[in-house]
Amino acid sequence: MSDKKELLDLVLQIRRDILRMVHKVNSGHPGGSLGCTEFFVALYKEIMDHNSNFSMKGHNEDLFFLSNGHISPVFYSILARTGYFPVDELNTFRLINSRLQGHPATHEELPGVRIASGSLGQGLSVALGAALSKRINADPKTIYVLLGDGELQEGQNWEAFMFAAANKVDNIIATIDFNGKQIDGPTKQVLDLGDLKSKLISFGWKTLEINNGNNLEEIISVLNHAKKLLGKKTPIAILMKTEMGNGVDYMMHTHAWHGIAPNDEQLKDALLQNPETIGDY
Amino acid sequence: MKKYIDKGAKDTRSGFGDGLTEIGRNNQNVVALCADLVGSLKMDRFKEENPTRFYQVGVAEANMMGLAAGLSIGGKIPFTGTFANFSTGRVYDQIRQSIAYSGKNVKICASHAGLTLGEDGATHQILEDIGLMKMLPGMTVINTCDYNQTKSATIALAQHIGPAYLRFGRPKVPNFTSEESKFLIGKGIILNEGSDVTIVATGHLVWESLIAAEKLYAKGTSVEVINIHTIKPLDEKLIIESVKKTRAIVTAEEHNILGGLGESISRTLSLNFPTPQEFIGTNDTFGESGTPNQLMKKYGLNSSNIISKVEKVLLRK
Repeated sequence: MSDKKELLDLVLQIRRDILRMVHKVNSGHPGGSLGCTEFFVALYKEIMDHNSNFSMKGHNEDLFFLSNGHISPVFYSILARTGYFPVDELNTFRLINSRLQGHPATHEELPGVRIASGSLGQGLSVALGAALSKRINADPKTIYVLLGDGELQEGQNWEAFMFAAANKVDNIIATIDFNGKQIDGPTKQVLDLGDLKSKLISFGWKTLEINNGNNLEEIISVLNHAKKLLGKKTPIAILMKTEMGNGVDYMMHTHAWHGIAPNDEQLKDALLQNPETIGDY
Repeated sequence: MKKYIDKGAKDTRSGFGDGLTEIGRNNQNVVALCADLVGSLKMDRFKEENPTRFYQVGVAEANMMGLAAGLSIGGKIPFTGTFANFSTGRVYDQIRQSIAYSGKNVKICASHAGLTLGEDGATHQILEDIGLMKMLPGMTVINTCDYNQTKSATIALAQHIGPAYLRFGRPKVPNFTSEESKFLIGKGIILNEGSDVTIVATGHLVWESLIAAEKLYAKGTSVEVINIHTIKPLDEKLIIESVKKTRAIVTAEEHNILGGLGESISRTLSLNFPTPQEFIGTNDTFGESGTPNQLMKKYGLNSSNIISKVEKVLLRK
């Protein structure tokens, strides 16, 4: 177990990475990335048993799949900061000839990425396939997947929810970034997801909640609880309420920063709110 | 001229089912998924013999493609089974992102392709799938002509690494290729050597081309017949060598002429050895209900229309 300061320092540093990455190329998705920073730190530093000496097959280790691929900045930053590839490579985000594509891809063989994502709604199916593969291989490790709430509007997710329960896939923990916001506005206004918790339960998923998905302790505690529920013939979902743009005051409480990069002045302001800890790339 | 014997009509989908059964026995990494069409795809035996390596996914093809991509990550070799329409057009983006772009070792196996699906009509008769699949970078595209070839192609795919699309059909058709011949992905087969014209056919049109060649031979035309089962990667060398000799070509496929085998060949020839070419295929149209034979006749996908196109192309030499 890392000490709390170490984790919080990593959160601050990753926020800086996200902001600097999207600012440099004036594109990318800071809002959801910032909203999920604590989750990624908890997952990669405290929860998963994973190997940064990357192998695509990932036998005998926990695997993570990112379905809402547009939050690639936070994904790339945690991968770099946990040793999958050099931190300096974050400099190449979205640039030509880079392994750090706008949305995660396997095509350039970036360590840590096992599937392309970006076109929404596909990650849960892929993660379930990987979970089935572990089951056949008698591999006792766990599959983790992160989904956006907006992308639950894609029907494929509900095919996958149905399949997982019917097939008792119980080596998967699917977390939903429940920030209630998407490109065009609040999810409630764009296409209301309704009572998501009841829907997941009625689809046969054991459903847990994280009320503050920007609180490391709560995330770690609920994920650890979820781990204890593995292997009980039921897939596990976690509805994690987060604040899009968390850690940068002007990016919070709005959907405006879903896919917009800060300008020079805004970056300066945001970085002042998130001081350097481990060291910028 | 070599004579081919119909060893008894059999459906190509049974070739797939029997091939899948065989690789299921020999390769523990082979897994299969089906979207509520186990009987139609002839996947029953695999399912019975390998209950822990078979997944019934229900009427949910998008999820099936994602599951297959995920299964491949742990080293499994997933074979998906549903109709060609639901194997391609319905799930194009899932195949594009999760399978092709991600370079996953998934074998998309598709029955009931083309007009010969018959009475169900145009909603199910996809004539665009070869085009859709061949446009995906890295995708291997195979369209087999009879039971034996479909069986051997299925077996060969278990050894092949990378995404692949295997297209076959519904009706019983003449089974004429050798049971023993090993399926070589990307390698065309000269069924008959000839000197006046080349016919390159794929799928159900291969047999029709052999009939056409026989009739043309009786009238004094020497026809080279090539079976191109792998549309991508295309055996360009074989085709170029053939037209260097014959200087005229007819291509034949149960598919839209836009985006099919014929277009791949015309591109190859325009770059390497420009040659007069005529096309057998549907002409930018949907199909309709009818018996397979009625439909193939109405849309000109039979030996008599191949003969007409050969006569036409010979005048253009």
